[in-house]
Amino acid sequence: MTYLDYNATAPLRDAVFAAMAEVMRQPGNPSSVHRSGRQARRHVEEARDIVAAAVGAAPAGVIFTSGGTEANNLALSAFPGRRVLASAVEHPSILKGKIDDVVPVDRHGVIDLVALDERLSADKTPALLALMLANNETGVVQPVAEAAALAHRYGALVHGDAIQALGKRPVDIAALGLDSLSLSAHKIGGPQGVGALVLADTDADLVPLLVGGGQERRHRAGTENVAGITGFGAAVADLGDIEAEAARLAALRERIERAALDNLPGVTLFGRKVARLPNTSCLALPKVPAQTLLMALDLAGFAVSAGSACSSGKLAPSSVLLAMGETALAGSAIRISLGWATEDQDIDSFIDKFVAIGQRLVREHQAA
Amino acid sequence: MKKPVYLDYQATTPCDPRVVETMLPYFTEKFGNAHSVTHSYGWEAEEAVELAREQIAELIGAEAKEIIFTSGATEANNLAIKGLARVYGERKKHVVTMATEHKCVLESAKRLEESGFTVTVLGVGPDGLVDLDELAAAITDETLLVSVMAVNNEIGVIQPLAEIGALCRSRKVFFHSDGAQAVGKIPLDVNALNLDLLSLSGHKIYGPKGVGALYVRRRPRVHLAPEMDGGGQERGLRSGTLATPLIVGFGEACRLAGLEMDEEAKRLRRLRDRLYQGIAGRLEGVTLNGHPDRRIPGNLNLSFAWVEGDRLLRDLTEIAVSTGSACSAATLEPSYVLRALGLNSELAHASLRIGLGRFTTEEEVDFAVETIVGTVNRQREQSPLWAMRREGSALVDR
Repeated sequence: MTYLDYNATAPLRDAVFAAMAEVMRQPGNPSSVHRSGRQARRHVEEARDIVAAAVGAAPAGVIFTSGGTEANNLALSAFPGRRVLASAVEHPSILKGKIDDVVPVDRHGVIDLVALDERLSADKTPALLALMLANNETGVVQPVAEAAALAHRYGALVHGDAIQALGKRPVDIAALGLDSLSLSAHKIGGPQGVGALVLADTDADLVPLLVGGGQERRHRAGTENVAGITGFGAAVADLGDIEAEAARLAALRERIERAALDNLPGVTLFGRKVARLPNTSCLALPKVPAQTLLMALDLAGFAVSAGSACSSGKLAPSSVLLAMGETALAGSAIRISLGWATEDQDIDSFIDKFVAIGQRLVREHQAA
Repeated sequence: MKKPVYLDYQATTPCDPRVVETMLPYFTEKFGNAHSVTHSYGWEAEEAVELAREQIAELIGAEAKEIIFTSGATEANNLAIKGLARVYGERKKHVVTMATEHKCVLESAKRLEESGFTVTVLGVGPDGLVDLDELAAAITDETLLVSVMAVNNEIGVIQPLAEIGALCRSRKVFFHSDGAQAVGKIPLDVNALNLDLLSLSGHKIYGPKGVGALYVRRRPRVHLAPEMDGGGQERGLRSGTLATPLIVGFGEACRLAGLEMDEEAKRLRRLRDRLYQGIAGRLEGVTLNGHPDRRIPGNLNLSFAWVEGDRLLRDLTEIAVSTGSACSAATLEPSYVLRALGLNSELAHASLRIGLGRFTTEEEVDFAVETIVGTVNRQREQSPLWAMRREGSALVDR
């Protein structure tokens, strides 16, 4: 089985596994003052330093959470009383929250900055804008720095969902002008069950989502997931040269998309004309339901997906593509996403099978 | 014997090597997202999650569908209390809880208070147990929820859950219990106890940190509003990608606890009694905090007269114990739990929580006895109060 669904979750990096295996066997609650506790605390703080440095933040700005969803939920609820704006292609962990106004995207999936300006100026209530750095389904990159600068002119706070961008593009909280950003470990080859909300202002007075023992500088209660946090730190440390890795993945993706364009008449590649993450390809074959294509690929030994992996059950048309106005193709789009362990041979064999399956299915569905 | 000897099993437990073994494949080759419905990586992860859900449910006599995974007991307690209030809070605005609850229960209740609820915080007796008559009297027509922990995290006392459950059921009040210190240590059956909501933790029972669960009764159904919105996982009650390896580990930890609970309890009781007799038999001025019998086998909480708490803990470098819960340990304030038992601030300070567990040996217990007795004696030698007492000063004996 070849795994090409890195935007759903990524296999654990070897370095992460090694770091976690050691910590997992040690007892120690980071809040305990004895030696075992202090050792656990050290692991957590080392990881905090690594994560903070990777996104240009101060360690005190990093709040570890149970994952990206919690980080996004905390970002929205931390500053009550603000009018919450979000782009139409945000992850459900943003869009299913209390959103006051949804900002549309263009047909490529990029936020409409004019519409954003209108919405910011329409109401004097201070706003909070949630805008993802890159989309989980299409990989399309948002003009976060421009949007943040615009929003700040209206006194808004800006939260950036950097969950898919981390490790694939530079993420720098100050350079982007963000007030907060959310991260997830398992999307970069760290463990599931860990994420972080990173604050630009370490003195920000926020309302916690989880209350209790006062961990994470009173921002997030609950015994720290020490092994998970250690693994998160190790995964970030293991990202290496992001630019080189991005170039490698972009080249592999280009081979897939080139093969599709050359061999699959009528194929649509979403977001290809705008800035995208280097690892993500979202495409649709005319009239071929995503489910049919996915099952055929699964039988052939390739794990890919349609849209996001979140809500269980049957596949609904992608809300991201619907927001882009792609009503006809939203039920046909599949997502191929590559990552750190993807190799040239994986792509060779994928292209072979994908082209053959795609040609057959397009033929069958056109005849029908 | 590895030093410092770990005797803080109520703060956290080491992961059982068998749990680690079970988890490992889900970190490596079986790494899928349990919510990926389009390929076998996802199905494999989902299957593992569902097995764990059954293992956890079985330990507490619940159905698998009644288990909602969370990031830990803190989140479970937050979800139970705040989530229930958000659904039913329009009709009933009163919550009853207890002074010795974990901070996350008390803080969640405080949140409700800020949003217009009335919260009754019941005191406890000197033995740490809630007074059932007082509890019954506290329940009114306005009462939505009674939240009483199963086992206290500092003093290990077991609250009379069956009686509380029967009372809540007859008064048509929801009953939530923080079971973080109880599940896997003592038999608990959600139906026998009439529990509507029960919070569980992975890392207190030799499972991993970062995972817990909330039992949510289905018959009659208990409705909750989620704390986290998003992908709609866990039947809409808790969004976020499930941490499959952690859940697998939690499930295995519950399975092992179910198999070994009886034997382990016997062994721990023997060790605990040895520890207590070792200390109390050689030192005067030692008080056992909490009910002597109605307590879990793996906990002792002792106060030492005529020593200073800060110094005591500081000098006990060879054993890892605590004065109170780990959460508030850094503040070094005297334990609010011990204060609720009626201990003065001085004695509450000079107290040790000693937690024994699966990997505690007799050798370690004997070492702890020697260390504690030696340290207390040394410190008393330097204490003027102790000297006065030995001289029979009326000032101290009065």
